Amino acid sequence: MRGLPAPRSAALPRRPPRALVPCPLSPVPCPCRSAPRAAAAHPRCLVPAPRHTQDGSTAHPPDARPRESALPLRASHPGGAALASGGSQRGAGTMSAAAAGGSGGRSGTAAEWGGFEDNMQGGGSAVIDMENMDDTSGSSFEDMGEMHQRMKEEEEEEGEAGAGEEEDGEFLGMKGLRGQLGRQVADQMWQVGKRQASRAFSLYANIDILRPYFDVEPIQVRTRLMESMIPVKMINFPQKIAGELYGPLMLVFTLVAILLHGMKTSDTIIREGTLMGTAIGTCFGYWLGVSSFIYFLAYLCNAQITMVQMLSLLGYGLFGHCITLFVTYNIHFHSLFYIFWLGVGGLSTLRMVAVLVSRTVGHTQRLILCGTLAALHMLFLLYLHFAYHKVVEGILDTLEGPNMPPFQRVARDIPLVSNAVLNTTAKAIALTL
Amino acid sequence: MAAAEGSADGGPLFAGLADVSISGDIPVEGEITVPVGSRSPDEDYSTLDEPVKDTIMRDLKAVGKKFVHVMYPKKSSALLRDWDLWGPLVLCVSLALMLQGGSADSKDDGGPQFAEVFVIIWFGAVVITLNSKLLGGTISFFQSLCVLGYCIMPLTVAMLVCRLVLLAGSGTISFIIRLIVVVAMFGWSTLASTAFLADSQPPNRKGLVVYPIFLFYFVISWMILTFTPQ
Repeated sequence: MRGLPAPRSAALPRRPPRALVPCPLSPVPCPCRSAPRAAAAHPRCLVPAPRHTQDGSTAHPPDARPRESALPLRASHPGGAALASGGSQRGAGTMSAAAAGGSGGRSGTAAEWGGFEDNMQGGGSAVIDMENMDDTSGSSFEDMGEMHQRMKEEEEEEGEAGAGEEEDGEFLGMKGLRGQLGRQVADQMWQVGKRQASRAFSLYANIDILRPYFDVEPIQVRTRLMESMIPVKMINFPQKIAGELYGPLMLVFTLVAILLHGMKTSDTIIREGTLMGTAIGTCFGYWLGVSSFIYFLAYLCNAQITMVQMLSLLGYGLFGHCITLFVTYNIHFHSLFYIFWLGVGGLSTLRMVAVLVSRTVGHTQRLILCGTLAALHMLFLLYLHFAYHKVVEGILDTLEGPNMPPFQRVARDIPLVSNAVLNTTAKAIALTL
Repeated sequence: MAAAEGSADGGPLFAGLADVSISGDIPVEGEITVPVGSRSPDEDYSTLDEPVKDTIMRDLKAVGKKFVHVMYPKKSSALLRDWDLWGPLVLCVSLALMLQGGSADSKDDGGPQFAEVFVIIWFGAVVITLNSKLLGGTISFFQSLCVLGYCIMPLTVAMLVCRLVLLAGSGTISFIIRLIVVVAMFGWSTLASTAFLADSQPPNRKGLVVYPIFLFYFVISWMILTFTPQ
């Protein structure tokens, strides 16, 4: 894509450089290969500007190291290779590492010069790079600097050319001057406007705040899913909770999908609103609302838990709900549901309760906290099952009223086809009765 | 520092130029052409003057080319480079229109169906994009939206086939046909979007990105499969 990954050692590259003429402007000739765009920054010579890949030149700051410990705001880098720098920080040895190193090197050099200090503080957005849509060049501020330099060179050239020629030169000089002034004013206004816009944007749309919570590997997610069903034994020692949001978020969305399936099979009719809205509202409302409530209670009961940890704990606790509902929305045994409710739901509740107990001191506080959480968690599962199951039961009971005793629960398996057939039959019978 | 040492050694760095040294007071002669990007204003003017038909045909051809890319998902960067949202919009609207007016007895469920599908598709795509970016992906926001939107095309075809099959009757056989068609198209959509999107991820996290895509297309396929016209 952008050239080979740069060698990590400080050893000199063995290949002959692309640029051959040493630059009179820079103290040291720069022998490394660089992107053609950087070559345009120094129009006086063919040597690329001293900001490029990390081949160990003087003007470069060390790699991307200082960025690793920085705040997430700082760790991102404006430009198309912004997220590649996130990858390189994790040591991924892919092609993007070179590009990230290059752009990191370039912006580091800019910071060193001090010319763009003001701008670097605001430019931390990594979501939508409006100025670098399909261009993978570096920072837009770098481009502005390049443009400035180019314009200045052009100005000097035009001035020289104007002085060298006759009336054409004078005319060109005048026009050149006015054009330059206008262009500079426009350029400054563009800069100010862009700076303000990008600052406002990076303030509101910076998703890099969430980035550390999504730093997981698939094997970790699988392990945590399994562990969420296993209650811990040691409650005298505070148990570790991973503050991760990927797993809980995916579990909530899976629960939404399962709920949607359940609502469709039971032919729930929502008058004010949509099926999808109800499902999303229920699941997300439970996750966020109960987490906040338990966090508030934990604050009152002096438990050692943060909000993200609580969100993570409750999110993984929904794994039991997902399994239970997935099975019982398809197999409509009531006794099966109760077994799953107590077994699977109980296990995941026990795990959450044990973790919370290990982080709380005092019997009363433990009782309050864990009692509330257990009650809410189990009741939620009960609600999810019965709210969307009753509709089918209601239809069946009214149908078979005169023929069957009213409180007999019959095991039935309703595949999708016979559901539709059942409804049409129900309507036909209702019409005839 | 390293470069200074290199030039001091004089060896492998400047092969053949070790004896060349140009000091600052020697003027360098010659012409230097700066590749300034002054072409773009000319380009703007040239596309501004062309007839409207040319503009529309160019956009239509771009959209059509992307449809072909989705049908035969190879790892090409054309879909990613020139992203556009026309195709996803057309697909989303046609899918929402076809899903309307079904699966409920009451009349007031016809309206929310359209909004439901629209919201599901666009917010689902946004969530998947944010997720893939947070996991360290190198793809940009709109490129990802473009890919996810275009990969709904097989499911739109499945919806069309389902509607045609339902015209013939709604029995077990039609259900089985619809099931097979929808499952096949769902698999095709997921594979197509994975082929484009999973490459932009770090290699050990591909599964984490594929799962939400799988869920997204599963929900859409589910809506298509459970569609019963009234």
